[in-house]
Amino acid sequence: MNTKYAYYPGCSLHSTGAEYDVSFKKVAGKLGVELAEVPGWVCCGTSPAHSASHLLSIALPVKNLSLVETMAKDVVVPCAACYSRFKFATYEMGHDNKLAEDVKEVIGSSFQNKVKVLHPLEIFAQIPPDALKAQVKENHKDKALKVVCYYGCLLTRPPKVMQFDDVEYPMTMDKVLENTGYQILDWSYKTDCCGASFALSETDAVLTLTQKILKNAKEVGADAIAVACPLCHANLDTRQTDINAKYNTDYNIPIYYFTQLMGLAFGYSPKEMGVNKHLTEATMNV
Amino acid sequence: MPTQATVMPDAKFLKQMDDKIKVNVNLCFQCRKCSAGCPMAYAMDYTPAQLIHAIRLGLKDIVINSKTMWMCSSCQTCTTRCPQEVDIARVMDTVKILAVAEGIKPPVSSVHTFNKAALRNIKWLGRMYELGMIGDLKMRTFEFFKDMGLGMKMFMKGKLKIIPSVSPGRTLTTWKIFSRSAKKDRSN
Repeated sequence: MNTKYAYYPGCSLHSTGAEYDVSFKKVAGKLGVELAEVPGWVCCGTSPAHSASHLLSIALPVKNLSLVETMAKDVVVPCAACYSRFKFATYEMGHDNKLAEDVKEVIGSSFQNKVKVLHPLEIFAQIPPDALKAQVKENHKDKALKVVCYYGCLLTRPPKVMQFDDVEYPMTMDKVLENTGYQILDWSYKTDCCGASFALSETDAVLTLTQKILKNAKEVGADAIAVACPLCHANLDTRQTDINAKYNTDYNIPIYYFTQLMGLAFGYSPKEMGVNKHLTEATMNV
Repeated sequence: MPTQATVMPDAKFLKQMDDKIKVNVNLCFQCRKCSAGCPMAYAMDYTPAQLIHAIRLGLKDIVINSKTMWMCSSCQTCTTRCPQEVDIARVMDTVKILAVAEGIKPPVSSVHTFNKAALRNIKWLGRMYELGMIGDLKMRTFEFFKDMGLGMKMFMKGKLKIIPSVSPGRTLTTWKIFSRSAKKDRSN
């Protein structure tokens, strides 16, 4: 498999989610997926933009998509929040003519809306299971690791816009990680909200919501949670100390980007996958 | 005969909502599925279903002064599950925008302050510069020590950049997009 995509890292993958960026690029390279970063990309606007102006919240991702259009490639967007804003932009541009005209005027480009927006999970799910299994190292130490897959809100919702797997019980990440040699467990909090952009503003809401997610993961016997979004990672990983203080618990569950788990199975060291950047340290097997 | 209290819908408000919202809230038949699934309902003063009902009754004061839309985490569960396909998450955004335009001081100021700090950051730098945004937030909230320990840990792990990624071309791009869409929003 040798496929070329435009790559939109978004702000998080260049800072707080640097390990997602590193691990995704390495794993993609191993699987023959070529990535070219979109030159001159700007922030997608994330939640503050759609809370302030609908026009602005579509114009910012469309500016990026118009840059991708000049590259004549489909774009892969690993951050679930950016991915959501990009999908909303393509959906709205196709359904609201007045808005589409306004957006084109605001960004000063004749956008054709021809770019396909993909999440890394969609690309990896297309790779035949045998090709994934072929990359897994024999002595892969994490085979015994029991993992629950956390999709969060924005990968699947709302389904008419995202068109990504089943909205209440998605399986894409489960299958990819299973084919990479992990034990995947069923659980109830796959698509529940972690508090998202309230991380800094309403931190208490994040503690309330993430506590429920960690509790269920522990109840089903998970050793780790796999995520596909830098916001989910930040909320679940960095707040465990605060949660333990507030709820008198002793959570110490490592939160991995699914790309890190893939990379570890492919034989990369934890350091190469940026596991040392996690605040809740991964102590088992690695 | 005692007189009954009558709700007088604010016709101007209903028109404003209709113009901006582009979602037909009148389709709501109050099944309250949105509120049952809302992860943030516990922190709201009115449930999403109650807010939609208040909009339909034209109770402007209740709607724009509510905490509800500020406590919405935009998780899209309500919009996804609504059997009448009312885009409730979009309604929450629209009510926030209207409340700010009306000059209401948001009852959950932390969220509004965060949004403003983030947008200023994107407008002037083109991309989010976390340390700069946190600094801006702290200057406005005076919560200088909140999350200080966490911030230090993240900094030590190399998760926060000291120097923002700036390029003049990119900054000009976002600055133009912000100014032009603000102008369009005013004229629409």
